[in-house]
Amino acid sequence: MRRIYLDANATTPLLPEVLEAMRPFFLEQFGNASSIHQEGQHARWAVEQARASVARFLGCRPAEIVFTSGGTESDNLAIFGSVKPGDHVITTAIEHHAVLHAVEKLRDRAVDVDFLPVNGQGLVAVGDIRKALRPNTRLISVMMANNETGVLQPVGEIGRIAAEAKVRFHVDAVQAAGKLPLEVDAIGCHLLTISGHKMHAPQGTGVLFVRRGTRLEPLFAGGAHERQRRAGTENVAGIVGLGKAAECAMEGLRSGVPERIRALRDRLERGLLERVSEAGVNGGQAPRVPNTTNLWFDHLEGEALVIALDLKGLAGSSGAACASGASEPSHVLEAMGVPAQRARASLRLSLQKQTTDEEIDQALLLVTAQVARLRELSVDGNGYRKSVPAVAR
Amino acid sequence: MMGEQHKTIAVAMSGGVDSSTVAAMLKAEGHVLVGLTMQLWNQRRLADKEGMPEQVQGRCCSIDDVYDARRVAEMLSIPYYVVNHQERFERDVIRPFVDEYLSGRTPIPCSLCNNHLKFDQLLLTARQIGAELIATGHYARNAYDPARARWILKRPADASKDQTYFLFGLAQEQLAHTLFPLGDFTKPEVRELARGYGLALAGKPDSQEICFIPGGDYKRFIEAYLEEQGESVPDTGGELVSAGGQSRGKHEGIHNFTVGQRKGLGLASPSPLYVISIDRDSKRVTVGEEPELMRDSLRARRLNWISIAGLSGEMRAQVKIRHRHDPAWATLRQTGDDEVEVRFDEAVRAVTPGQAAVFYAADEVIGGGWIV
Repeated sequence: MRRIYLDANATTPLLPEVLEAMRPFFLEQFGNASSIHQEGQHARWAVEQARASVARFLGCRPAEIVFTSGGTESDNLAIFGSVKPGDHVITTAIEHHAVLHAVEKLRDRAVDVDFLPVNGQGLVAVGDIRKALRPNTRLISVMMANNETGVLQPVGEIGRIAAEAKVRFHVDAVQAAGKLPLEVDAIGCHLLTISGHKMHAPQGTGVLFVRRGTRLEPLFAGGAHERQRRAGTENVAGIVGLGKAAECAMEGLRSGVPERIRALRDRLERGLLERVSEAGVNGGQAPRVPNTTNLWFDHLEGEALVIALDLKGLAGSSGAACASGASEPSHVLEAMGVPAQRARASLRLSLQKQTTDEEIDQALLLVTAQVARLRELSVDGNGYRKSVPAVAR
Repeated sequence: MMGEQHKTIAVAMSGGVDSSTVAAMLKAEGHVLVGLTMQLWNQRRLADKEGMPEQVQGRCCSIDDVYDARRVAEMLSIPYYVVNHQERFERDVIRPFVDEYLSGRTPIPCSLCNNHLKFDQLLLTARQIGAELIATGHYARNAYDPARARWILKRPADASKDQTYFLFGLAQEQLAHTLFPLGDFTKPEVRELARGYGLALAGKPDSQEICFIPGGDYKRFIEAYLEEQGESVPDTGGELVSAGGQSRGKHEGIHNFTVGQRKGLGLASPSPLYVISIDRDSKRVTVGEEPELMRDSLRARRLNWISIAGLSGEMRAQVKIRHRHDPAWATLRQTGDDEVEVRFDEAVRAVTPGQAAVFYAADEVIGGGWIV
């Protein structure tokens, strides 16, 4: 069975050219980028070239790029590195847990936090940001694209408000990177997070853009790596992979990859809505990244749908996962005011540049069939006894 | 089980020896399997409440057990999923458990979990993901009897592991879609089988206590749960009285007692005193000496019948009134729409409201109900 992978917002496959770029740094070019000898020098140069690639990708200076272990670390560095007791932070109710749980932790340290609501389409109101500003507001942290719905926040407008108010602005752009052009100056942010593995680089790699002049308290005590902003020996191979992935993403943006993905996503979305009644798209009326659709289907459990699809060869997702791997109710859909029953009946499908026409055809058939089957078994929480006739095996 | 090779079976995997052996056994027989673990309760949820053990080592839904189950599934190359049924567990097991104690009864959460989670929600989930049958590691046997046109639940080969007492609530359609592959084996045989299948957890100890109460202090659990819910523990304190009604002192709440309990009464007496009965309305706890615990009858409600469709007239049966109880001979008689009177040949000790009365005919479970 050839599997169909439609969970790119969880992670993306490594591109072959990214793997090729990384390969020497696992083997012959194994040096520590901080070493004085030639092995170290080669590693250093590879890291700096990758830094330049990522800088071009974000429209910033290489010196403004800090390599980290991923999106979570970048978000934590941006937040804990910026805020001190007595400060005020503005964020939204739909951020990724890397931001939400970090700012919740700040509340134990005498920091006030406002979690701004979103409307039914998952959009934060720019006016709410303005109203939430206080004299002691230190940081605004708003994600660019939501991981569950793909909905794009008006980060450019928020950036202008932040600039007027002279407040530091952090953007979690993990789910936007590679899917649409990213320009830190157009956004007007001081800090911006990206994650390697959401854009075909390896897991365990990430970037925090730190605008020149933005003072940041490091998370780790240690060596003077990354201009004293992130101690720890560089993940040279991973960084090289991330640099290559950034180049591939720029090439993809130039050659119309997002448009192709959008066409596939729209065909999938429209096709399912045509075939399945009592269904809809969470955040479907808002601007979205081109690769994501979050569908709801009344009268079924999203968790069962995801498992049933997985057993048929289609990888999708519903909600977030807790430590054991079970799905948890989505805080994003809850914040959008989606009723609990419908939030539990949601399916996220997210595409990437390797997704094919045939895969979308297959996905249309599989999802339609499984939704119909699950609805026949639907009991809306009343359990099994009412749904099954007594039969002899 | 011939002829069922084509049906996908969902194995309820807890990460323990029994359910892991079931998975290995069915895989060896060539069945198409899916492993499922139910996430039912978050052990850390009440960990910060006063008196709860800080180091939570509870066995319910721990990451370690999921790890063990996943390891077995990987070894057997079967798809495996953790499914989240926490809301249903809280609604159908935790909340009734707390309410029963606060009403002066002694609940059996394992039966509630079987009735509502393992053989209802899990069967439904299994069916939703394309599995027609579920298999569990319970020690019990079930088979269809064409003569009676009923599914029969029977005691297992290993009498010391018999779990039929907790399974009396299973409806016919639930029994029809359930496999108990361990029913013909003893526990030592199952451990031997597990070793034979190369399961690293063959020596893992059995679980004993109530899975969601690490350390077994259910009183602290009830208080911590109510605190978390923003509810105050209702004041169910009252008097300790003797059978004649004389006051023997005060108690701090009826949920601290269970019929037959001897420890923790705080009373000085020349001969041992036991809890004889608990009255929810007057909040009185009656204490007395052991002979006063003996009862020659009980009533059970919310009945479920397995080997018969219902009671017609009187019926002789052996009756278990708690998990560790040698069945006692009795006569069953319908006394209400959904009520049976159980009259014992010889008086039994400590009939406890909230526990189940399960009726047996030799190895077969006739049915059962909840003691009132």
